[in-house]
Amino acid sequence: MKLRFSRKMLCIPYAVFLLFFVIAPMLVIVYYAFTDKNNHISFMNFVNFFSDPTKLTTIAYSVVVALITTVVCLFIAFPVSFILARSKFKRKSVILLLFVTPMWINFVLRINAIRELMNWIGLLGEANYFNTVFGMVYDFLPFMILPLYTQMSKIDNSLYEACSDLGGNAFTSFFRVTVPLSVPGILSGATMVFLPSMTNYVVSDMLGNSKVTIIGKFIETYFGTNWHMGSMIALILLAVVLLSSILSGGFKQEENVRGTSL
Amino acid sequence: MGEHIIELKDVTKYYDDTLVLDHVSFYVNKGEFITFLGPSGCGKTTTLRMIAGFDLPTSGQILLGGKDISYLPPNKRPVNTVFQRYALFPHLNVFENIAFGLKCKRVLNTYENENGKKYVKKQRLSKAEISEKVKKALEIVDLEGFEKRSVSTLSGGQQQRVAIARAIVNEPEILLLDEPLGALDLKMRKEMQIELKEMHKRLGITFIYVTHDQEEALTMSDTIVVMADGIVQQIGTPTTIYNEPANTFVADFIGESNIFNGTVVGKRKVKFCGKTFACLDDFEVNDMVDVVVRPEDIHMCAPEDGILKGTVISVVFKGIHYEITVRVGKYELVIQSTESREVGEAIGMNVSPDGIHLMKPKYTKNVYDGVITKRNTVEFADGEFECDLTQLYAGSSIDEEGYLVTAAGEKLDMTGTEVNVEIALEDISISDDESLGGAHGHIISIIYKGDHYRLIVRTEENEEDFVFRTDDLWNENDYVSVIIPKDKIKLALKNTEEKKK
Repeated sequence: MKLRFSRKMLCIPYAVFLLFFVIAPMLVIVYYAFTDKNNHISFMNFVNFFSDPTKLTTIAYSVVVALITTVVCLFIAFPVSFILARSKFKRKSVILLLFVTPMWINFVLRINAIRELMNWIGLLGEANYFNTVFGMVYDFLPFMILPLYTQMSKIDNSLYEACSDLGGNAFTSFFRVTVPLSVPGILSGATMVFLPSMTNYVVSDMLGNSKVTIIGKFIETYFGTNWHMGSMIALILLAVVLLSSILSGGFKQEENVRGTSL
Repeated sequence: MGEHIIELKDVTKYYDDTLVLDHVSFYVNKGEFITFLGPSGCGKTTTLRMIAGFDLPTSGQILLGGKDISYLPPNKRPVNTVFQRYALFPHLNVFENIAFGLKCKRVLNTYENENGKKYVKKQRLSKAEISEKVKKALEIVDLEGFEKRSVSTLSGGQQQRVAIARAIVNEPEILLLDEPLGALDLKMRKEMQIELKEMHKRLGITFIYVTHDQEEALTMSDTIVVMADGIVQQIGTPTTIYNEPANTFVADFIGESNIFNGTVVGKRKVKFCGKTFACLDDFEVNDMVDVVVRPEDIHMCAPEDGILKGTVISVVFKGIHYEITVRVGKYELVIQSTESREVGEAIGMNVSPDGIHLMKPKYTKNVYDGVITKRNTVEFADGEFECDLTQLYAGSSIDEEGYLVTAAGEKLDMTGTEVNVEIALEDISISDDESLGGAHGHIISIIYKGDHYRLIVRTEENEEDFVFRTDDLWNENDYVSVIIPKDKIKLALKNTEEKKK
């Protein structure tokens, strides 16, 4: 018998990977979330979560922190990307690189450095929410700059010329050409900043002086004592993430920008 | 007509260090359809962009209705552009694209208050006004009912129409069109040419059109500005440009041409291809001239009746005519005729006086500024050539140490001396062997002159040109070395003081 190699066989390793590392763990989480300590089917975790005001405020806090982080990142990244994309400067990739390099340095090291800095100017333990947002912005800014810059560089210069030719001034060209044509970049940047800032509890722990609890921290704590509750919170977070992705995906245009989440 | 709506005065433009427009001056009459025609890189698009305001002149002035607008930003100019690749806004639909300019517009409206006092208000156009205007513009370009369509769903021709509508809806004084039909297929292009021409008649605004397609220019324009190398070569009506080309470049670029070297042998008599012909252009006797004869101006007849006699070497059917190549001695001629001939047939040919166009040759010799080097060679045009220094001083010679010894026995060190270098057209040859020759460059122009080619080789560094004749066929853009025999380089000292020494 001849061994026939078809192209379809190339996807077997990925199928195996998906099965063992994505689907199976998800099923395990679902199983834990809907069982109690005696492994009986139970919806108590779900009920408990939504009847506990602390848990609800935590999730609300997480959303607020993530939202503020996203908005601040957008306001910093937008002008930076715009200037970089529109400038005729020949070495602009170097400047872009400078904005992105922090990503390549160990994350814990960077956060430690910020912590030391905050300690030194006396903000550590004084302004926990500010510090947390500051750390998150510092951490996730490149994820906003990259898709925005990519999207803006794709805007053909002739569109700006056309705008100006039709009587538009700098203001018109920014709000009627740059902004609308950057929307796909804004959306993918926002998803890439919003989601990790909801869960990245290392930042909130170290900079918020463990006073700021975000949903990620919650999950971590529960997995120490109660896997069933931890799994339920993880599932709820997944639902929130899915929801926000669908919401932002609704505005998304067909063309794909690097790093879209869904 | 008669009023100059746009005037360029001595406009020069550099991009970084590259000269793209060299002292360009011309004017455009109000209501005219004018075309900038030339090969790519000739500066035609730059000229258009400077009128639109996207590029600023390095020096010189652009006047609009007598007012200097050279440095006015594009949004302050009463001109609108149809871009080469349309530049439609992808996030807006057809209506919003066309309305873009109208939404930016502010108009002055005069009102009267209760006391009867008049006051002026700067206002936006109302929604109703805008949609009325957009509707009219869509009618003009034949796209009624397309308002809600997204521009990405339109075909190339439809996008083109939207781009035109977007420009004319603003009622500009001048409409600029930058190779607008370049991306369309041939049939569509022909249709749009006619439509644009009709639109021009109907709207009565000035059209400035840029193209590299000579046929398009001849079909559509009232006036053509032929450009090459950043210089205006000729300005005139399509008929003048075609029938009376100002130089061999124009003759070669517009339509087919036979170009020969000729000599004026008498009052309105010119000799080329070894025969004397009557002509209409008046030049001094013994002037060297370029002779241009259009292929359709050569009439075939029986061998014994023609001034020229030759043998047909190829016949190609071109639809409306035959293109017949004839060998006459060492010359080759191209004839266009509705009659066919057999290959190998002997024929006679006549050219009537009005079919012969004489022009002063642009290039009669090569002239450069040179410097003598330590090695007694001469440096010019980005190259170094061996030369004979003794021609600078009568009776001089070179001694063993390399000093020039004058007839009086005086020893001269010539290093660094500035000289004028002159080389005749027939003394330059080229080779594709890079180790040979004193200078290197790319072939930028090839013109066939009946029995030889006239080539121009341009060096990379300072863009110096070598003009010469050759019998061999080369390809444009070939990288070649320039070879000049030592004794053919004519040197002359730059200033007289040097001579006295």
